[in-house]
Amino acid sequence: MQRVASLQAVSYSERSRSGTVAFLVMVALLLVAPTVIYPLFLMKVLCFALFACAFNLLIGYVGLLSFGHALYFGWASYVSAYTAKAWGFTPELAILSGAATAAAFGLVAGALAIRRQGIYFAMITLALAQMMYFFAVQAPFTGGEDGIQAVPRGHLFGLISLADPMAMYTVVVVVFLACFLVIYRIIHSPFGEVLKAIRENEARAISLGYKTDRYKLVAFVLSATLAGVAGGMKAIVFQLASLTDVYWAMSGEVVLMTLVGGLGTVFGPVVGAFVIIAMQNYLAAFGQWVMVIQGSIFVACVMLFRRGVIGEIANLFGIKL
Amino acid sequence: MKRLLGFAAIAAAIGCAPAHAQFTDGIIKIGVMNDMSGLYADLTGPGSVVAAQMAVEDSGAAAKGLKVEVVGADHQNKPDIGSNVVRQWIDRDKVDVIVDVPTSSVALAVTEIVKEKNKVFLVSGAAASDLTGAKCSPNTIHWTYDTWALANGTGNAIVKTGGDTWFFLTADYAFGHALERDTAAVVEKNGGKVLGKVRHPFPGTDFSSFLLQAQTSKAKIIGLANAGGDTINSIKQAAEFGITKGGQNLAGLLVFISDVKALGLPIAQGLIFTEAWYWDMNDTNRAFAKKFAERNKGIYPSMIHAGVYSAVTHYLKAVSDLKSDGDGKAVVAKMKAMPTDDKLMGKGTVRADGRKIHPMYLFEVKKPQESKGPWDLYKLRATIPADQAFRPIGEGKCPLVGG
Amino acid sequence: MFEIFGIPSQALFGQLLIGLINGSFYALLSLGLAVIFGMLNIINFTHGAQYMLGAFCAYFVLTYAGLNYWFALVIAPIVVGATGVVIERVFLQWLYKLDHLYGLLLTFGLALVIEGVFRNYFGSSGLPYRVPDALQGGQNLGFMFLPNYRAWVVAFSLVVCLATWYLIERTRLGAYLRAATENPTLVRAFGINVPRMITLTYGFGVGLAALAGVMAAPIYNVSPQMGADLIIIVFAVVVIGGMGSIMGAIVTGFGLGVIEGLTKVFFPEASNTVIFVIMAIVLLIRPAGLFGRGT
Repeated sequence: MQRVASLQAVSYSERSRSGTVAFLVMVALLLVAPTVIYPLFLMKVLCFALFACAFNLLIGYVGLLSFGHALYFGWASYVSAYTAKAWGFTPELAILSGAATAAAFGLVAGALAIRRQGIYFAMITLALAQMMYFFAVQAPFTGGEDGIQAVPRGHLFGLISLADPMAMYTVVVVVFLACFLVIYRIIHSPFGEVLKAIRENEARAISLGYKTDRYKLVAFVLSATLAGVAGGMKAIVFQLASLTDVYWAMSGEVVLMTLVGGLGTVFGPVVGAFVIIAMQNYLAAFGQWVMVIQGSIFVACVMLFRRGVIGEIANLFGIKL
Repeated sequence: MKRLLGFAAIAAAIGCAPAHAQFTDGIIKIGVMNDMSGLYADLTGPGSVVAAQMAVEDSGAAAKGLKVEVVGADHQNKPDIGSNVVRQWIDRDKVDVIVDVPTSSVALAVTEIVKEKNKVFLVSGAAASDLTGAKCSPNTIHWTYDTWALANGTGNAIVKTGGDTWFFLTADYAFGHALERDTAAVVEKNGGKVLGKVRHPFPGTDFSSFLLQAQTSKAKIIGLANAGGDTINSIKQAAEFGITKGGQNLAGLLVFISDVKALGLPIAQGLIFTEAWYWDMNDTNRAFAKKFAERNKGIYPSMIHAGVYSAVTHYLKAVSDLKSDGDGKAVVAKMKAMPTDDKLMGKGTVRADGRKIHPMYLFEVKKPQESKGPWDLYKLRATIPADQAFRPIGEGKCPLVGG
Repeated sequence: MFEIFGIPSQALFGQLLIGLINGSFYALLSLGLAVIFGMLNIINFTHGAQYMLGAFCAYFVLTYAGLNYWFALVIAPIVVGATGVVIERVFLQWLYKLDHLYGLLLTFGLALVIEGVFRNYFGSSGLPYRVPDALQGGQNLGFMFLPNYRAWVVAFSLVVCLATWYLIERTRLGAYLRAATENPTLVRAFGINVPRMITLTYGFGVGLAALAGVMAAPIYNVSPQMGADLIIIVFAVVVIGGMGSIMGAIVTGFGLGVIEGLTKVFFPEASNTVIFVIMAIVLLIRPAGLFGRGT
């Protein structure tokens, strides 16, 4: 993936300035948006934006294409929905338990998958995700095809009712921004620099004495955990966990969102998620044509603009986003 | 498109609001949501929108001064898309009643939302008997059929005609298990015996291995507790492995006219199953089917389409009597209080738990030489009277039923 | 009649045979993937869609041209292979210089487009396709009833697999191919048109998928999503076998079919997942796959 991600060198101050400005613009937009746009739609966008950001952490900064991220997203949403409904967990605990499940799965799947590189890595993650999809179909607690319905949104910390759309929206925005900053921090930490070194040239990173497998595994688990937060949040917002979220098509969608927004850009996945979810929402009347349109976007992105929306903009202005 | 329709509706509402102030927005808006392009598109899909429109036209609503509008949407069989559509329909587009909704997962999600928003939900496409059982709602009516009725109709009739030993081929997920459990109970109640069962993964493609196990069991009847593509493939492969020729019979527990069409008569012949309606049963149905097919790309109506027609007809009667469509619970209560009567499904009632009661029919797929046209597929084997066709009200554990 | 682990031996033989039948599809598909991967270094995600195209092609040839199964067996691979050639010329050839993952993403997108278009026009319930007249009926083997058509599938796919192996490992053309994967520049210096060879290889691999599709048509219904889930299982098969060798792909395909068949008897609930579990175990013990040469 190096060819996409490596942008022109820019001075550090300029880079941080453009990033900060973009971040503030994003926060401002999120504050204004619910007055104009249907809040439920916005919450869906934010759940997927977080999912895509988590996915981007792997592909954009370590160069690992996971084709099975629906596993963490979907299973976290099942666990969050189940704990909230059956055990009466408060929403924050439900989401945390979902994220913890995703982390555990991420550890196992990651340990297996990083034994191979490149295309094999993609195929292994896909196959493992499909295996867990079949488990989700059969396991009694997931409700099979019916999914887990009527999940209570509950009270945050046992106090604040989330039944009100604006309260729920606020929680989603806060969680999203917090995770976004965490990802930003990871990327710009020394740990993140090592990840980028692995992406550019793993052999060289090894020769410099880094145990690259460990770095890759940690990145994988982090990515899975954050995807789990997104999945858990989606279950609480939509009061529903279903097979759609664990199916391989979902893994494909998150790849598409990131690709459209821009692989290896901090803001790209957010924009990509918005574009794809908006498209699905407003083209829903076209039914299966959505699939054809998504496929065409995939092809167009790979053939024509591999940098994605944000990547192209950043390239145009010579800034880093 | 959905959005455009929404705007059109609001515009229309503003135009005529003063004249019909008793309705929420001067307009009765019917939202038909189903699978418009996937696995169930021929069975439900655009045809259900046509059926709803025909019901509106036949109801004479326009003559009574009611403004009725039908909108359609695709849920792609995904509960999250379905619940999104319904929330937007109710919040933004002022839809008053949701109709059809095949795929149990979506229907169960929708019934929760409709209850929360106090609108009306008329299920024709979904099968889950939970909709009038543990998950029943004062805002939902389950119209056409359910898993219990199918298991009961098919199980009963087959045991009574000598098919007293069964082997189940069950899709290994909640739905398949429920179908198997309900049917096994009926079989055993009638003195039949269940010799064994095998749980196949869902979705499956190759069933030969499981069919071979069914063959070894020497059961007279192989019950297919699965649906859609799984059922089609099991039937097809049973024919290939000579299982039907070897004297064992297949019983489809969830088979629709579209499945029979996809299989073709040479393979599907002799298959026995239960449905609520068939187009070739009387002149009224045939006339309806002809008109319907002209408007639906030549596809003949399924029982689900007929159910949509029947449900919308009854809904419009209740609303025009009440002169209000705002309070979903009140509308459903009115619908339960009035006996149903329409040209397709005849006279019937709606029970307290939301179950619409009418006769069910046992059909057998014709042999190729008996069929006189591309849609001439079934012959009637038996009629299951309305009072025996559905689960007794006390057994469903519906909280709405006192005691 | 004796019993093995409580299962009558006759049932067991039957299941083994059925496993072999499914294995033939795995083998044909993973063989196609391996051939394409060897030459283009691309994982062809469109493979499942091309398998589906093969089945549809058989259906069209029968319905609109009145040509039966045997013609379809020849026509479908050629037609679908030709569309593969077009895909390679229009899209794939521009990606060889990039990271291999772009090839995966592109073919994934193409698979969505192809599957989506077919769903729109043909719905999802599937279309019937009859077993050819010459292969109707079956043999009673004593321990099971073997439909003639299934026997034909096993035999024919074995022949195709072995012929492909022979072509690549034992002929001059195959030698060029193998040499070109090792060092394209050098092979080009010998005056061989490497880009054309790559194009034709992709067409050939796609043709194999289409051939599998035609063979599948009478067994499973012809439906738009028939390839989508299958391709993921075939990916697992490929990871288990390792894509280093043609023979490896063939042996793993048949072998896993048999193992899956046995699971259906002893532990039917796990039969969808068994291949993935094996994949995980193989990755732990031999990360490069059973026949792999390392990554």
